[in-house]
Amino acid sequence: MSEETTLIRASSGWVALNLKDLWKYRELVYFLIWRDIKVRYKQAALGVAWAIIQPILTMLVFSTVFGKFGKLPTDNSVPYPLFTLAALLPWTLFANALQRSGTSLVGSANLITKIYFPRLIIPISSVMAGLVDFGISFIILIGTMIYFKVSFTWNMLWIIPFTMLTLVTALAVGLWFSALNVRYRDVQQMIPFLVQVWMFASPVAYSAQLITDRKWQIIYGLNPMAGIIQGFRWSLLGGTPPGELMLLSSAVMLVLFIGGLYYFRRMEKTFADTV
Amino acid sequence: MSDIAIQATNLGKRYQLGALGTNYRTLRDTIVDTFTSTTQALLHTGERTVTRAEENRFWALRGLSFDVKKGQVLGVVGRNGAGKSTLLKILSRVTEPTEGQAEIHGRVGSLLEVGTGFHPELTGRENIFLNGAILGMKRTEIAAKFDEIVAFSEVEKFIDTPVKRYSSGMYLRLAFAVAAHLEPEILVVDEVLAVGDAEFQRKCMGKMSDVAQQGRTVLFVSHNMSAILRLTQETMVLDKGQLLMRAPTQEAVDYYLSSGYSRQGERMWEADEIPPSAAPFRPIAIRVKDPRGRVVETIRSTEPFQVEFEYQLAQPLTGLRVGLYFVSPRGEPIFTSFDTDEPAQYERHSARKAGHYFSRCSVPANLFNEGRLVLGVNASSFKIKRYFQDEQALVFSVDGTGAPGSQWAEPRQGPIRPALEWKIEVHS
Repeated sequence: MSEETTLIRASSGWVALNLKDLWKYRELVYFLIWRDIKVRYKQAALGVAWAIIQPILTMLVFSTVFGKFGKLPTDNSVPYPLFTLAALLPWTLFANALQRSGTSLVGSANLITKIYFPRLIIPISSVMAGLVDFGISFIILIGTMIYFKVSFTWNMLWIIPFTMLTLVTALAVGLWFSALNVRYRDVQQMIPFLVQVWMFASPVAYSAQLITDRKWQIIYGLNPMAGIIQGFRWSLLGGTPPGELMLLSSAVMLVLFIGGLYYFRRMEKTFADTV
Repeated sequence: MSDIAIQATNLGKRYQLGALGTNYRTLRDTIVDTFTSTTQALLHTGERTVTRAEENRFWALRGLSFDVKKGQVLGVVGRNGAGKSTLLKILSRVTEPTEGQAEIHGRVGSLLEVGTGFHPELTGRENIFLNGAILGMKRTEIAAKFDEIVAFSEVEKFIDTPVKRYSSGMYLRLAFAVAAHLEPEILVVDEVLAVGDAEFQRKCMGKMSDVAQQGRTVLFVSHNMSAILRLTQETMVLDKGQLLMRAPTQEAVDYYLSSGYSRQGERMWEADEIPPSAAPFRPIAIRVKDPRGRVVETIRSTEPFQVEFEYQLAQPLTGLRVGLYFVSPRGEPIFTSFDTDEPAQYERHSARKAGHYFSRCSVPANLFNEGRLVLGVNASSFKIKRYFQDEQALVFSVDGTGAPGSQWAEPRQGPIRPALEWKIEVHS
């Protein structure tokens, strides 16, 4: 019989990530995602239809306001509805994941104070739970692409890494926010506002090519979502590849992510006492 | 492989008082505190005043060292706030100790609360899988035990109904069933038996003693002395975060009951000792009074005495009954009595208005043997709700001077010592 020995003691300072433990509990990630999805659409009259209605309505509103009234130019003269939908997909995935993960620890206070499991599981599963909605929206996108007679290319496979980057970015920010929210409930007041500002700082409704000033481009690139959204559009609809913007975005994201992981692990030991 | 399952050395846990309650820190607090301590450091004004954070600290547990052998069932008793729950939280890795360490050999399963992670919108079936996963079971493990769990919980018919439609009894049974089928090498259990009806408690106890007999290591915390006596051989008594004694259970329970609880014949309940579920019932105090109306710690066996239970009702209640349990220090019930046991009395008081109440019970002389008695209280509506219960509300002593047969200096067996009428006939 192999026997596990656990040493319980005060951990000091920056703790190791302990990914082994995380791997051992991987099934719990699956169960929590499954719970989130099941619960979200239970007792909603329209059920999963909401995942279809929301992106379509947002696309219509954006097309009317920004495309029709605002006459914003698109890249590569793509029809505006398609142009904005291609951006709304990663953006919605990101925004929802950020909102859910930011409040996830506080929302799971009853679990945290009663049972041990690697706490990283909570923000991870709340970020991943958005993938189902994303999948559904993706079908709408494909439908729209067919409607506008966009030809399908191998280039489109690029959206797989871009989707993963979206998730990692959301997790990076979510790690910081969820851990901070345990201590400072100010965070949960801040998140909706931040999401709103962030959307305007990302090329969702407009094209990143509108920003021509070199200095502003660099500042713009600091937003990891700028590169990702640009990349999404490029892989689906063609135009200019994200290039430099993407490099800067990825670097920022990586710093945020690794910092977030360590900050989270550092704060983890106090969660049960402070939540 | 050693035969030690848990080895704790000098375990301590310090809490910040603010963090225990509902108040979490806001950014403002941090900024204010940082500012205060910085200015203090800068000004360096003689002796430093203690900052808010320092004065609000307290040790929930300190300097605790013990070991548990493999296969041992160890009980932990102590008053509220003695550090029992903190200890279990540390051992189950929910929270980290501030100092000291514990070495644990084997997989730990903790049952600090049944039904953790149950989601009301999900069905019984879904919750079994979810809860099992949260408790650390593998999906295949849960699937293999699924039928057994359902059978144990007796909710087969409703297994595909959302648990929010369950009665509280069904909910508890299902939750306990999942937890009871965990198979860790070391099981850490807190007060799970304190909930549910008598039938449910019996079932839990049965399952617990099965677990104990399977040779698994169990750390068992309870307020229920008879459960402790039945399940454990050895018990630790904790008080104010420290280990008072560790001894064979009988001895430890005797010690525990006869120490902390005797508060000169009176016990008051602090607000933090009353669970929120007690509302609108609020216990205030229980007192033992001698025939002259004085509150006493020791009553005389040959005199009548009175037990007075003082409480408040924030709202009117129907069907409320307030009662006393008389229990021996060994946890054996002697008798139970409720203030509305008499039908006429029940008619008069079946509906009670909001207000301040005293329920007084007169106990006749020549009833109890010398020794100590444990008083428990209960306030409930039969088959509807138990508002409040405290099984060890008060301990008091009975002095046997002048009791029947006291001319012989010998201990008499049993908790009661009634004066009975004897007729002696001689046929010669």
